[in-house]
Amino acid sequence: MWHPSYGIALKSIIYREISRFMRIWVQTLVPPAITMSLYFVIFGNLIGSRIGEMQGVDYMSFIVPGLIMMSVITNSYANVTSSFFGAKFQNFIEEMLVAPVPNAVIVAGYMVGGMARGILVGGIVTLVSMVFSAIELHNIPIIFTTVVLTSALFSLAGLINAVFAKSFDDINIIPTFILTPLTYLGGVFYSMSLLPPFWQGVSQLNPIVYMVNAFRYGFLGISDVSMWTAYSVMIGFIAVFFGLAMYLISTGKGLRS
Amino acid sequence: MYALAIQQLEKTYPNQVKAVQGIDLTVEKGDFFALLGPNGAGKSTTIGVISSLVNKTGGKVEVFGYNLETHLNEAKREIGLVPQEFNFNQFETVEQIVVNQAGYYGVPRKEAVKRAEKYLKQLDLWDKRNNRGRELSGGMKRRLMIARALIHEPKLLILDEPTAGVDIELRRSMWDFLRQINAQGITIILTTHYLEEAEMLCRNIAIIDKGKIVENTSMKSLLAKLNQETFILDTDPMPFKPKIEGLFSTWVDDHTLEVDVEKSTALNDIFDKLSAAGITVKSMRNKANRLEELFVRLVQGEQ
Repeated sequence: MWHPSYGIALKSIIYREISRFMRIWVQTLVPPAITMSLYFVIFGNLIGSRIGEMQGVDYMSFIVPGLIMMSVITNSYANVTSSFFGAKFQNFIEEMLVAPVPNAVIVAGYMVGGMARGILVGGIVTLVSMVFSAIELHNIPIIFTTVVLTSALFSLAGLINAVFAKSFDDINIIPTFILTPLTYLGGVFYSMSLLPPFWQGVSQLNPIVYMVNAFRYGFLGISDVSMWTAYSVMIGFIAVFFGLAMYLISTGKGLRS
Repeated sequence: MYALAIQQLEKTYPNQVKAVQGIDLTVEKGDFFALLGPNGAGKSTTIGVISSLVNKTGGKVEVFGYNLETHLNEAKREIGLVPQEFNFNQFETVEQIVVNQAGYYGVPRKEAVKRAEKYLKQLDLWDKRNNRGRELSGGMKRRLMIARALIHEPKLLILDEPTAGVDIELRRSMWDFLRQINAQGITIILTTHYLEEAEMLCRNIAIIDKGKIVENTSMKSLLAKLNQETFILDTDPMPFKPKIEGLFSTWVDDHTLEVDVEKSTALNDIFDKLSAAGITVKSMRNKANRLEELFVRLVQGEQ
């Protein structure tokens, strides 16, 4: 049953999470702006001008939504893995475990903290991209909902990673060996239609394809996938990851002996 | 209703170590209670179960009538925990640490800031409120954890070795503070290695060894079980260390004598015997580790 204290606890976790990444803004907010500027210069301006058009738009405009989404994904994920694992590592996760904070509030608090960083970094990268390319806005509600759902999804994925992690290596393995390849192969830099039919089929198993395409549709009105499928995939993954994170925390996986 | 009621508590870790084996324990409201035991006796596991950081494998725990299994969050609201290890964010400031903790218990931010000022001032940390956790000394870190445990104004304060590694002066000021909050009605449960600490502060005591309670009584009646006292006497140098008739004594060196006597023995008799042996006593003091002796006796008695 809901107790008024839970709302205050949720706000406290969110406040603490946002303060954390704002306190270390040089590590959390500046690097994506620099990395993405390099992508825009190299892939957009230098190489992009030789590539020409992709799905009927110039290459720079094509990659902008993908690169914004890439920074949202990596920052949402990284925020929760480092914050939650840090809390476990220094044992101050116990501050929350001894308090009357329901597991759903802990999960939601970390999720919103990760979303805040993902969306803020997405905003910064969008501003940077405006230096290199004019931004079109085809469907603002789709842009907004896609970025919110994607950041929520990867914040939850980061939380699950951090619950299982026993060392700092464990919070780097998944981003390096799974997340980065899936993002690079998720249609950030190319249209699925360029792939042979077999690899187009394989790509449909990559959930990031749906997020990048839905987001690109919001800006440019072009997509390799249907919006219904994209939203179903995002909501489905969020439901599964939220449930799994709740289960892991309630059973005390890696938290309670 | 008890502040804490534990029935047949059991905890077996996945590696089959039985840390707690059927503990029964009650702590009255307003009590100052000591939980003593050697390392690995099961004290921290018991505290871990009460504060829900350790999942029990059997038994029942109630905090102010709230069963941990059915009313966990209600029970948690009544408990303030000061753990043995430092467990706060080393990168947050002192004030942030206590204010955040208040938030987890549902204390609105404005009220939390007010309470933080009150408790940080009481624990001499107000000047350090903008310092990060890692910048504090060991004693300050301990006091910070006490302030954090009190911020939601619990009825039961549990301290797991709160004065470990704290210097004597600070330890005494912490004792004063704990006595003061106990007098205000907060029930306190304390685990400690310093038996003197338990003797000075606590009214009731339980001794735990190998996961079982070996003694659970009032401090007064526990100490009364000791019917023997040891005195340390500083004497004039006695190179031949004479034997004293009718007195159980041991020479520590040629001018220090330890004398064991029954509590009922008159001191005059002791001095008569010492005079008869030609020993001049220059000063005398009581050997203070009475509780330590009893503790060792109880724990060894179990073996």
